Amino acid sequence: MKWSGFSKARSNPRRKERLLSRRSLLRRGGWLGSLGMLLGGGLAGGARAATDEGSAFSDSIGDFFQKQYQEMTKDEIQEAIGRIERKAKRRYNVDIKVGDAPPPPGVVFGFALNLSRCTGVRECVEACVQENNLSRSPQVQYIRVVELKKGSLDLHESNHYYDTEKVPLPDKIYMPMQCVQCNNPPCVKACPVDATWLEPDGIVVTDYDWCIGTRACMAACPYSARRFNWADPVIPKDEINTDTHFLGNRPRERGVVEKCTNCIQRSRNGRNPACVEACPTGARVFGNLLDPTSEIRYVLDNKRVFRLKEEAGCDPKFWYYFD
Amino acid sequence: MRAFGSFCFDCVKLTLRGKWYYWLWLVVLLSGIGVGVMHYGDQLRTGMVVTHLSDQVNWGLYIANFIFMGGVAAASIVLVIAAILYKREDVSQAALMGVVVALSAVIMSSLYILVDLGRPDRLWHMIPFIGRYNFPYSLLSWDALVLNVYLLFTLWLTGTMLFKNYRGQAQGAPIMRQWVGIAAMVFVIGMVTVEAFLLSGYEARPFWNTAVLAPRFLAAAFVSGPAVIILVLQVVGWFDKQRATAPAIDLLAIIMQAALLFNLFLVGVEMFTHFYTQGEHSISAKYLYFGLKGFGRLVPWIWIAHGLGVVAVCLVLVRALRQRRVLLNIACLLAITEIWIEKTMGLVIPGFIPTSMGEIFEYMPAEAEIFISVGVLSIGLLVFTVLVKIALPIVLGRVRYST
Repeated sequence: MKWSGFSKARSNPRRKERLLSRRSLLRRGGWLGSLGMLLGGGLAGGARAATDEGSAFSDSIGDFFQKQYQEMTKDEIQEAIGRIERKAKRRYNVDIKVGDAPPPPGVVFGFALNLSRCTGVRECVEACVQENNLSRSPQVQYIRVVELKKGSLDLHESNHYYDTEKVPLPDKIYMPMQCVQCNNPPCVKACPVDATWLEPDGIVVTDYDWCIGTRACMAACPYSARRFNWADPVIPKDEINTDTHFLGNRPRERGVVEKCTNCIQRSRNGRNPACVEACPTGARVFGNLLDPTSEIRYVLDNKRVFRLKEEAGCDPKFWYYFD
Repeated sequence: MRAFGSFCFDCVKLTLRGKWYYWLWLVVLLSGIGVGVMHYGDQLRTGMVVTHLSDQVNWGLYIANFIFMGGVAAASIVLVIAAILYKREDVSQAALMGVVVALSAVIMSSLYILVDLGRPDRLWHMIPFIGRYNFPYSLLSWDALVLNVYLLFTLWLTGTMLFKNYRGQAQGAPIMRQWVGIAAMVFVIGMVTVEAFLLSGYEARPFWNTAVLAPRFLAAAFVSGPAVIILVLQVVGWFDKQRATAPAIDLLAIIMQAALLFNLFLVGVEMFTHFYTQGEHSISAKYLYFGLKGFGRLVPWIWIAHGLGVVAVCLVLVRALRQRRVLLNIACLLAITEIWIEKTMGLVIPGFIPTSMGEIFEYMPAEAEIFISVGVLSIGLLVFTVLVKIALPIVLGRVRYST
């Protein structure tokens, strides 16, 4: 059945494990965390709440012992968020808000893109960079738009460096590509430390604080969707988006991998991703695959859709169509 | 216990005593390490931007060196197999040298992975039960496992062999137990296979995604490993006036001959699949061998590599040539260079070019990558030098435990 793939994602066993085995986790990694808290707390001069000012030094100790996102308790996540917010304040002197919205129940996100409408203006790319606090130098972009000659969808004949000023050319089509949020993601399999995983709402996320930077996920991704921070990301202070999510657009550090999260900070709060909003021709459709009345379901049911590189066997949730 | 204390003391003593060329060699190695550490410090401070790696080509010289050294490490233990399972008593002394090479190479291999990490400060995340270890799904977790177990195995083997020799319990021979030989055999094949799977396990990289990669790695390992040991045995014999290594060298030359031929055959087999049928898998091969759309930085490298391979095969194939040490040594050098180029310029890098999205973005190692690689190599050579300095007098019976 067409939708069978999604039920797997909905009942993610790891989520349950997180609740069930907290006690065993405390036994496993807890002593490290407590040691970190002890050291950090002691050095900062006694116990304190997460929202209190912590020193850079005690925060870095807390960072070092921070557990993987899926293993953290609610309190530990709040502490981690406190550290992230303070770090952003110290580095950029802005007050950011780091959210932790859980996956909404009964939702699996999907994307569709109308290639007949895309004119290749790359406004989605720009909006994505702004929304997701992507590094301006070195440049990081989640979306790659390529120019193809009409008559072929062979990516090896595509032009990645076409001139946005001249689009659309009459004999060309334009094809935006980004993370397709696979149901069978090779990147998740490749990571040696479980720093990236598939959330129950179908988004493949990364814990930037857990990634050790092996870049195996990048080698494994058939869609070239993952980006590495080769240097400290640089973002102009006044352009920082302060509305962030722990697994999404919060400020990143060098040496870790990141990727498109369907704008998790927006989509989990019922909003469209920035690229969908920015597209001047309305080529992009985003929505809940489990809701039969959603626009994305209408597209899948009524248009002749196809998926890129289906032969790679990753079962992506990103469809293209012409009309 | 007292024997062990005296063993450690004698080891330190042996390390600190040497002729002028020993100290000169140490100075050379230490300066190599110094340069590497300096550049690695840069990489830690400013990020991996100091390399020429990119989102397009995200693995390069480091990973290629890791694979090459892994092959050397695995195949260096071949003499242990010969000595134990094939009852070749005459190569058992040289087998120790192979184990020492294996130990140094596996250390280098691990270090090459370490310098490739974006966040080495978070390495504890990989420790099973304390961090999260994605075993058995992640191929890198397999690599980490195999490297660590092999490191312990070679450490134990070196330590036991030296200590037993030191106490006079074994006359120059390693511990000749059947299971050690079987374990060594499993390690050779297992380690090389795991390393090949690290590349061949991705549907995103059709150039690597071929079943012939593991056999190719095995063939390559049995070229580079024996070639390194042949050279090492002679260099060590040179400094120590010890020339009882001839049977080992002859055996290694034969192994190398077979492996070189098999390696070239596998290269040819792959070329057929790449060029007779035109598909996704052949695009990187086209780029590698002939260049693509005006990009072709790797073309001269791969042809030079195969040229060297053919010359090396000719040199080891003809008995009259092989038996002249100078020619055999040249063949070894050519073969090592060939395998190294084949692994770096010929395999790891073209796997990323073009990217899975059809972008061509070329790569050549940056200065920092070269210096850091030299640093790691120097560390490995230092470990090797010190180990040989300790091992030779002990194995030759010049230093013994006396009560």
